[in-house]
Amino acid sequence: MNDTALDTDLLAYTLRLGDDCLVLGQRLSEWAARSPQLEEDVALLNIALDLLGAARTLLTRAGELEGKGRDEDGLAFLRDEPAFTCGLLFEAEGGDFGQTMARQLLVSAYQLPLWQALTASSDELLAGVAGKAAKEAAYHLDHARSWVVRLGDGTEESHRRVQQGLEEVWPYSFELFERDDVVARLVERGVASDPDLLRPVWETTVTEVLKEATLEVPQTTWHPTGGRSGKHLTSFGYLLAEMQHLHRSHPGARW
Amino acid sequence: MSEQLQAEFQAAFQAEVDADGRIEPRDWMPDGYRRTLVRQIAQHAHSEIIGMQPEGNWITRAPSLRRKCILVAKVQDEAGHGLYLYSAAETLGADRDELLDLLHTGRQKYSTIFNYPTTSWADVAAIGWLVDGAAIMNQVPLTRCSYGPYARAMTRVCKEESFHQRQGFEAMTVLANGTPAQRQMAQDALDRWWWPSLMMFGPSDGDSPNSAQSMAWGIKRFSNDELRQRFVDATVPQAEHLGLTVPDPELRLDPETGSYAFGEIDWTEFYAVMKGDGPCNRDRVRNRVAAHEDGAWVREAAAAYADKQARRAAA
Ligand SMILES: [Fe+2]
Ligand SMILES: [Fe+2]
Repeated sequence: MNDTALDTDLLAYTLRLGDDCLVLGQRLSEWAARSPQLEEDVALLNIALDLLGAARTLLTRAGELEGKGRDEDGLAFLRDEPAFTCGLLFEAEGGDFGQTMARQLLVSAYQLPLWQALTASSDELLAGVAGKAAKEAAYHLDHARSWVVRLGDGTEESHRRVQQGLEEVWPYSFELFERDDVVARLVERGVASDPDLLRPVWETTVTEVLKEATLEVPQTTWHPTGGRSGKHLTSFGYLLAEMQHLHRSHPGARW
Repeated sequence: MSEQLQAEFQAAFQAEVDADGRIEPRDWMPDGYRRTLVRQIAQHAHSEIIGMQPEGNWITRAPSLRRKCILVAKVQDEAGHGLYLYSAAETLGADRDELLDLLHTGRQKYSTIFNYPTTSWADVAAIGWLVDGAAIMNQVPLTRCSYGPYARAMTRVCKEESFHQRQGFEAMTVLANGTPAQRQMAQDALDRWWWPSLMMFGPSDGDSPNSAQSMAWGIKRFSNDELRQRFVDATVPQAEHLGLTVPDPELRLDPETGSYAFGEIDWTEFYAVMKGDGPCNRDRVRNRVAAHEDGAWVREAAAAYADKQARRAAA
């Protein structure tokens, strides 16, 4: 590809990664002052901060690739729902602490090998983001693993709740490994990580943790999708309404 | 313990305090000193965690990603401050769960400032600038407190609070120099937070019954009125720099002392808020209790799992 031509594939891929981090950072930050113990307020906000930090770099880069003068805030606050390309797993509502941790396990077990693979991306910016994000994802995974195990193998109530939370979020995990044309072309170019290689790593991690947690791997025929093409859950509109309203109420203002 | 021995311990304790030394957890200390410290440290810890609510409710609505990250980091710091302070209280024999219970049942207080609502984004900036600013005035002297673990916790806390204060002032500067709507938002926030911030230093010296004892014990170094005056003197020029008006018609600079004379604080309001009738007392406590109760099953699970692991290790 010619250097000056608009690299629409790279733009789409960078935006997906950025949107995933942004909306999950937003969801996790909803736990501020609501978590089960003070240590978790610190931990959940820490994870949120890692994700929001990655989102800022990725969205800034996406804006540059797009070349229409949109910065991170232009992309975060001024796009409407169909222009967001986050995966459904990232945007889904957090539910209780068990569901939040079940989702975090599925996400971190995916993001860790994703970022590890992207450290070798031929795109320098992605490789740079990935180096930092892989270290963070390793911590996120440890944290989620330790909670899923404690909840699964804790009390009857915690076992029931975390299993139920897992059932809620599990169907959204299939979308993570979809291989559409954008991903296929970027894998070919050595830019993107290959979802076919990520899937077995993810499965091994997740099944191992669920086994230790005495939890069942959910069985479902429902494989919802659409996030990557801008078709989102109903709850996502509310997330955006809350996140964007202040920024949009003051067009052009600096903060 | 014999009376003579008791007197010797007491004398050694006071000599250590008077020499600006540090009392450590294993040292002998008077019961009143221990009780006073537990109460003060616990109320301080409660203030940190209740203080997460008024600003935390703007995290999801922050107007830029940079501001969102700054705010998330700040609220996370406040949770960390709560953790250090409950730990400091535990070195005196208190228990975090029991202290939380005292907060949840209204038997221990937290700073009255957090019973005011944050109705606009500028309130986040004003809290950083004024509330963290006032907290620093109160807390820097505590880094020299006679009780070692409290003094050390405060050293760490004060570094972060001064960071919060600078960020708050910077956010306020952007608003004050922004659009007319942002400027108005900034002025409105100053109007609402000024007097409650002055109240953060507590009642006037004449009405502050425990101050003298705390000073003798090396817990308190400066009087409430002295600290309040320092805060006013440091903050009024900052407000002027922002081009904002401090809502006190009686504010006057005394050119001789370089100090500001200011109007009478409405102590009726202060005591009403302290007793539970501020705009947000009920919400703050209700939210805290709800978070605690909603999380009970998680804490029980962690404890049950730890027990199982201990039994497995023993088997
Ligand atoms: Fe603090
Ligand atoms: Fe602070």
